[in-house]
Parts: sequence; C-alpha cells; structure tokens
Amino acid sequence: MAASLSDHPHHHDHAHSDVPSDPALRTRTLESLLTEKGLVDPAAIDAWVEAYEKKIGPRRGAEVVARAWVDPAFKARLLSDATSAIETFGFLGREAQHIVVVENTPAIHNLIVCTLCSCYPWGLLGLPPRWYKAAPYRARSVIDPRGVLAEFGLALGEEVEVRVWDSTAEIRYLVLPERPAGTDDFSEAELAALVTRDAMIGVAKVEAPKEPNA
Amino acid sequence: MSQHDHAHEDSAAIAHHHDIHSELPSDPALRVKALESLLTEKGLVDPATVDAWVETYESRIGPRNGAKVVAKAWVDPDYKRRLLSDATKAIGELDMLGNQGQHMVALVNTPEIHNLVVCTLCSCYPLPVLGLPPVWYKSAPYRSRAVLDPRGVLKEFGLELPEHVKIRVWDSTAEVRYLVVPERPAGTERLSEEQLAALVTRDSMIGVAKVKA
Amino acid sequence: MNGVHDMGGMHGHGPIAPEQDEPLWHAPWEARMFGMRRGGTFPPGFNIDRWRHVRELIPPYLYLVRSYYDHWYMSYVAALLHSGMATREEIKSGHAAPGTAKRNDAMRPDQVWKTQKTGGVFARAIETPPLFAIGQRVRARNINPTGHTRVPRYVRGKVGVVQLHHGGHVLPDSNAHLQGEAPEHLYTVAFSMRELWGPEASPRDEALADLWESYLEPA
Repeated sequence: MAASLSDHPHHHDHAHSDVPSDPALRTRTLESLLTEKGLVDPAAIDAWVEAYEKKIGPRRGAEVVARAWVDPAFKARLLSDATSAIETFGFLGREAQHIVVVENTPAIHNLIVCTLCSCYPWGLLGLPPRWYKAAPYRARSVIDPRGVLAEFGLALGEEVEVRVWDSTAEIRYLVLPERPAGTDDFSEAELAALVTRDAMIGVAKVEAPKEPNA
Repeated sequence: MSQHDHAHEDSAAIAHHHDIHSELPSDPALRVKALESLLTEKGLVDPATVDAWVETYESRIGPRNGAKVVAKAWVDPDYKRRLLSDATKAIGELDMLGNQGQHMVALVNTPEIHNLVVCTLCSCYPLPVLGLPPVWYKSAPYRSRAVLDPRGVLKEFGLELPEHVKIRVWDSTAEVRYLVVPERPAGTERLSEEQLAALVTRDSMIGVAKVKA
Repeated sequence: MNGVHDMGGMHGHGPIAPEQDEPLWHAPWEARMFGMRRGGTFPPGFNIDRWRHVRELIPPYLYLVRSYYDHWYMSYVAALLHSGMATREEIKSGHAAPGTAKRNDAMRPDQVWKTQKTGGVFARAIETPPLFAIGQRVRARNINPTGHTRVPRYVRGKVGVVQLHHGGHVLPDSNAHLQGEAPEHLYTVAFSMRELWGPEASPRDEALADLWESYLEPA
C-alpha cells in the first residue's frame, strides 16, 4: 500500500496561497523570472505560439480525412497503420507520434476523450478547445456519450454503436468521419474544406454541402 | 418519465440555483447575516430558536454523554451485553437517543479489533452521544483516507496499531450511527464510573485514539 | 450521483491536521447557520435526504473550497430559490421584497429540545422478508444514478459479507426526490481492504458500509 499522504511533500500547498489568483499576473511574473534566470528564451515562446497559431491546426487532419475519402488504398493504410500513413504527410510530431484512426460508419460512431487530463492529437488538430479539457466533457463522455452528443446537437439512432476512446496513454486518436452525401464530384481540396475539427473529435458529423439558392 | 429521468430533471433544476454564488460575496459572515435577516423578515426563522439550538449543542449535548455510556459498559457487564445486542435500547436507557442518533450500534474495541467511524459521503455523526463533529471529521482528507488507509490515518493521530490488529472502518452511509466503545485502560480498576467517564475522550469514541489512564 | 462528495478512496486531499482543543464554532456565523438549519422553515416535504442531495449538487469547485457550514448556507439558499420561497434579489439583499407577508409558523425555542429528542427516526415497518442473511456474500451493484444515492463508488461491483440487518429504513434514493419513503431492508456489509483496493492492501482490515437491498445482489 502506498505510504500515507502525510508522508508526501505537498508541492502545491504553499505557492498558491502566496500569489495572486489572477493568472495573467502570475504568468507574466513567472515569464519574467524564468527569463532573468535564463530558463526560457522569450523568442522560443513566441515561436511555439506561432507554430500553433499558424502552422499546426485542424486543416492537417482534414487533409488526411479527405485523402482517405478519395483514395481507398490510402484509407486502408490509414486504418491499419495510421502512424505510417500520416507520416507521408509529414504531420507527425509533438503529441502525435502514435496515431490510431477510427472510422465512423452508419453502424458505429466514435468519440475521443481524455478523462484523466487533456490528451489530444495536436499534430493533426492543433491545440484542443477548452471544452475538451474541462470537467464536464471529461466526466460525461464515458458515462453518457449520447447525452454529450445531444448537447452538441447530434442525435444518433439507437441502433448505432457508440465507441468512446479514452486517451489514457500516448496513442492519439483521430476520427475518420463519414463522407457526406452529394460530394461525389468534389475535389480533395473541396472535401478537406468541409471537414471540421469537431467531426474529427467525434462530436459532430461532416455536413453535406449547402445547396446553392435557386 | 422513468424514475431515473425524474431524478435527473429534479437535480438539474436544483443545481441551477447554485450559480447564484458568482453574484454573492465570498465572505460567509456577510452572507449568513443577510440570510438570517431575510428569514427573520419572512418569518421563516425565529432568532431565539437559533439561539436555543446553539445553546443545546454548546451546553446540553456533547461527548460527556457517550463517555457515560462507555464507562457504564466498562463497569457493568450486563449493560455491556445489552449495549452490544441492542445499542439503541441500551443508550435509550440513559435517555441519550435523539436526532442523528436514533438507530445506534456500539462497536467494541479489543486487543484484536479496532473500530473506526467515518462518513465518506458527507459528515454523519452520532450527535446525541458525541455532540457536533470536529472539522477534521467532516473534511476531505479524513473522508477520503479513512476507508483507504486507516492505519495511515491513525498514525496521523499518533496511534500505531500492531499488524495483527484487524481494523474495521464503518462508513455511515445510512441513518445508523456508530459509537466506538474503546478499550478500558490498564490501572483503572479502582476508579469509579464517574472517574472512568472523565477519561473517555471524544476521539476514542470515533476510533482515532485510545483512552489513556 | 457520481459527485465530488463521494470521497472514499480519493488521493490528493492532504493531511487530516486535527486542531487541538477545537472550538465548537470557528466564527459566530457558523453558530447562526447551524441554528438556522435546525430551526428554519424549509419547503413542504423537504427531508434530510433531499438536504444531502442539494448539498451534493454544489459545484465541485465550491464544494471543495468552501467550509462545512458554508455548505449549509449554500444548500439552504438553493432550497429556498428552487422552491420559490425566496428570490435571488432577496438572498442578495438580505431583505424580503416589499409587501411580503411574514409567516408566523417558524419553530419556537420551546420546541427545540423535543425536536432534538424525537426527530430523525428512519426505521419503517416493512412487509417483504429480507433477501439477504447475515453471513451471506453479496455484491454491491454497479449502479450510477444521476440522482441521490448512498452507495459509494468505492464499493460498487465489490463483494462483501452481510454483518448486520437493520430492518426497513427509508430509502434516500426515492425520498430525496420527494418520490416517497419506499423503505427497504438495510444491511451493513463488510468488504475486505483487498477486495476494495487490490492485492497490495491490508490482508486483514475491512471497510463496512450500510447498504439498502436494492444496492445489492447475491454473489
């Protein structure tokens, strides 16, 4: 049995009663301190921020999805060894080194969560939205996925099997959503433009393109 | 609507009212004062009744009650037998039943068995025999650890039990209330029942301490 | 409900840190809140199970950071708002809306001792015979109600042995939602520490919980 909790040092105890509660102020103070001590280079911070603001985002995942929709051989590779299939795009990286792609069909709907913290396929979807990392989603996805989907406006038939994938390890999951009807003659780029981040997490379906007004 | 749906809707409706707290000051003293003022104006409470409840638990009900039960069990084997077979009745003999202590079970500590009482879900406690519970009993550390690591908990109270002692942790999940009857310490053979009662601490009747001679 | 109040087995809450010679109240407002809860008028039909459930519905972050009698404050306020006995404005201001009639049926001081003495009896006569016997192995069912229940998560799915039988008791799962007392046979069940926490737990120690018949199945 683990030693009693009173034997463990309490790393968090003292710091939080000594600093202001406003995180903006605390973070600025921390950055200032780390910079003075040479523990961080502010330019590196800028570079990280820019990478996730501009270069890495859900468009990557959308490209993978669109390719799978148009190229059956790629789709087969994606479903059997997603890591190597995605490597051909050059999209592997931080929080996306071991990928599994799960396919939505009329019979099966997949949903991704990290109940324990906020694990998310950054390399394919960028940084996760706040709701994904917060208690309500983390708590309810595994106990009431249909209720969660209903809150996102998605109602599934009773006969559909829902599978919730809890990212407890370093495997990162991407949902391959169903291709919407009416897109047979779309180009790969046009298809990619339809694919939303939420569809690749599994809380939405990809919408069929809107009919132009007559 | 199924039983499940009904409870769900009921809970959701109540939970919604807890969001008032973003509009209220965090200092409880002000809020409680405002509440008493409001309830008094509406006739939902009589401040003199509030005083009477406070006085009841300050002066009339406390661990001295439980100590009397324990001391009597120590000196009177028949009473102890009655206490073990029907604690509600036996404690009732001493007129010590009451709210949050109408359904009693006495747990006798021996050299082989050590009993400990907790309420992991909230703070249930045998009020009529022990008075109001201490803060630690109602708080997350005790509530979370008593059922998980009782030996660690007892150690934190300075009580280390030998390995062969079996610990039984009683989680008060219903309205049954538990009173630990601690072991009578050695060297107390000549003490009167009253003197014995004076030795019995509240903590020993929860089970986080032994009685010292 | 699977709330943060269901604390058995949680890690991370830190040391117990009992206070030496702890006073009954840590501030005068605590005594007032105690007395209000005991002596105040509640919505029709309100009972202790409902009180506990309303408290469980406190948002987790407030549940963990606010002190005990502040939980009582939050719970009484939620009950008043939910029943319409008070408005948000009244709670915030501490004053009844102009023109509010004052009730005259609040508990009186001379009723306090008797209430304390006779209140809170939950045993109920029950016709059906008990399903389980003392010494019988039972499993706590893996139920996850969204409403009030008193089967803690740490025993669900676990097998224990019936130690005591208390006869019929009011069932909180029903009573908390004003669906009736629905009494059931109540048992105390002992679970070994190893059953609860795995093979590295004490081979000797036990945790016991009081569980209603519908929380249990034969094992």
